[in-house]
Amino acid sequence: MNTTQYLCDGKFSIEMQVHGTGEPLLFIHGAGGFTGFDPFLEALGAKFKVVAPHFPGYGASTGAEHIDDVFDAVLILNELMDTMGIHAAHVVGHSMGGMIAAELAAFDSHRVKKLVLAAPAGFWLDQYPIPDFFAAQLDEIGPLLFHDPKSAAATLMTSIPSEWSAIEAMYVERVKRLATASKFLWPIPDRGLKKRAYRISAPTLILWGDSDRLIPPPYAKEFLSHIRNSRLHTIKEAGHMLMYEQQEAFVKAVTDFLS
Amino acid sequence: MKFTWFHLMPYRFLPEDFKDKYRSVWVDIPRKLYDPKLGHKLYNDYLDQLEFADQMGFDAIGVNEHHQNAYGMMPSPNLMAAALTRRTRNANLVVLGNSIALYNPPIRVAEEFAMLDVMSGGRLVAGFPVGTSMDTNFCYGVIPAEIRPRYYEAHDLILKSWTEEESFAFDGKYTKLRYVNLWPRPIQKPHPPIWIPGGGSVETWDFCADHDYQYSFLSFFGYIQGKKIADGYWDVMAKKGREANPYSMGFAQVVAVSETDEQAERDYAPHMDYFYNRCLHVYNGFADAPGYRTVKTIKAGMLGQVGKDAAIRREGLKWKNFIDEGYVIAGSPATVRQRLREAMQHLRCGHLMILMQIGSMPPELVRKSTELFAREVMPHMRDLWPGFKDKWSPNPLPAGERVMPAALSLSNGKPDGAGRTAAPVSSEARTAK
Repeated sequence: MNTTQYLCDGKFSIEMQVHGTGEPLLFIHGAGGFTGFDPFLEALGAKFKVVAPHFPGYGASTGAEHIDDVFDAVLILNELMDTMGIHAAHVVGHSMGGMIAAELAAFDSHRVKKLVLAAPAGFWLDQYPIPDFFAAQLDEIGPLLFHDPKSAAATLMTSIPSEWSAIEAMYVERVKRLATASKFLWPIPDRGLKKRAYRISAPTLILWGDSDRLIPPPYAKEFLSHIRNSRLHTIKEAGHMLMYEQQEAFVKAVTDFLS
Repeated sequence: MKFTWFHLMPYRFLPEDFKDKYRSVWVDIPRKLYDPKLGHKLYNDYLDQLEFADQMGFDAIGVNEHHQNAYGMMPSPNLMAAALTRRTRNANLVVLGNSIALYNPPIRVAEEFAMLDVMSGGRLVAGFPVGTSMDTNFCYGVIPAEIRPRYYEAHDLILKSWTEEESFAFDGKYTKLRYVNLWPRPIQKPHPPIWIPGGGSVETWDFCADHDYQYSFLSFFGYIQGKKIADGYWDVMAKKGREANPYSMGFAQVVAVSETDEQAERDYAPHMDYFYNRCLHVYNGFADAPGYRTVKTIKAGMLGQVGKDAAIRREGLKWKNFIDEGYVIAGSPATVRQRLREAMQHLRCGHLMILMQIGSMPPELVRKSTELFAREVMPHMRDLWPGFKDKWSPNPLPAGERVMPAALSLSNGKPDGAGRTAAPVSSEARTAK
């Protein structure tokens, strides 16, 4: 189900998908945003009440001009939870969303029951520089994001529409999304999470695709060492877009951990 | 009609196979391709050329700022302009300009421009570019969505620092200063003229019209493709009720003059090829970071100067195409006179920023082209915009009040300083005659 929440006297409107019933699960998407075909959300809805907002600047959500940094991101998610009457939730974040989820958990440990970080951004290791996602061209994105760049999931995300108007719409939407993402990730996706990660007390599952070429697996160890109550689960034959490439394994790992 | 002799200061010695072997002339171009010894010669050649343009009677000479590239070797145009204050006499100094969003705090620009204005006796044109995406986002790490807000804030701070009589506090979003109290102050009052270089962002037209700044359209695609941008600018000016004064617009055009049209091709064709295929060979991923251009500009269909779109437009172009499609105006003095006049009328442009050193062009050709232009083209175009007042050129000190460098005491150039004595020089002796 799609619904919209208005925050801060209409400064923000947040479009979101809501699936299922049960304990609330807040899902925070990555820099690319939702694709419009995100079946893992519905699958998680079998056990939880999944709330999956488009971040301001993504999809129909507005207010990106009021977001400068990760602190604004954390505050607007707090505001969203307050408005929806969610005192505490399980929080699952992917990539940039993982970075924001970790910040949320560090900022107010009582709001996050359990935390799942799927290939999160937020750290930088000189010996494993993360490729420049912002400069990558469409034909370079597949191999960066997927274990199998020829898979159906990869093709869906990297194919170019044939109609000019659709290409333009896709380009404008991509610019809008990445312009917002750049506030947290440009030019290096490190905004000081390392300093704050000690505040994360929620039980934390760190999920990584074993062939993630965007944020390579050594980063998983870094998160493990900075989050006290954390463990790692690696998903085989998955790249950075693990929930698209290995949906079943992803949903099972998350559901098992949160149940 | 006014003429600025503009230098990009390219690195002239990129290898033949540069385009095939490397993805970009900008941002991640291998450092090993730069030879500092050749660089030493190039800087000196290029400063000589700008000084020569002053001697040949150009109204102004121009430099600009780019980073981490072989297209233009001026990370700091202010250093070049400072060097030029000493040996040039009449030409105005167009620094086009400083990417003001990159300086922290931006009063650094206000200070350096004030220094240049004072050093040159009030000959400075202060240019405020947003800067290319390669320079600002990829080389200097500014978050793309922040580049314009930072730019506008820096502009407000610099202007206020030039015009306020008293020290003030500045509480900006990006810059906070308790004491803004600029020393030195610029000579020109209220401040040096401001030119805004643009590549076709629609916001820049509004900004120029609202502040009465000169809009300098920097295109390397020539006057035919430049028409759309020029029309967009003049439409905004008309809508805002501003005078359609040609001097409120500058246009950069590649120009090359030789004895005949045929000789021009022989002289300049390989250097044009070097410019368009090596100097502008920018990896598409660096051309336009997400958030650098506004959605409004993207939707207006403004095409970028570099990257894939631009490369496709240039694909396979030969000398004849460059000439026919207006990328380059070249030929005999008669040909250049006629085409350039048409071009400037076509765009309604009063400030021509003429690019005469292009790509790999060696000093002797630059000198020839510059000299032919100054003697046989420029005088015939001076009459182009009668009845319009150029409000966008500097107001220097009168010649009698301007101080020139003293003659060197020693001319032997011995590096050890042996036998040097400080010659007493009265300030009177320094004054230009």
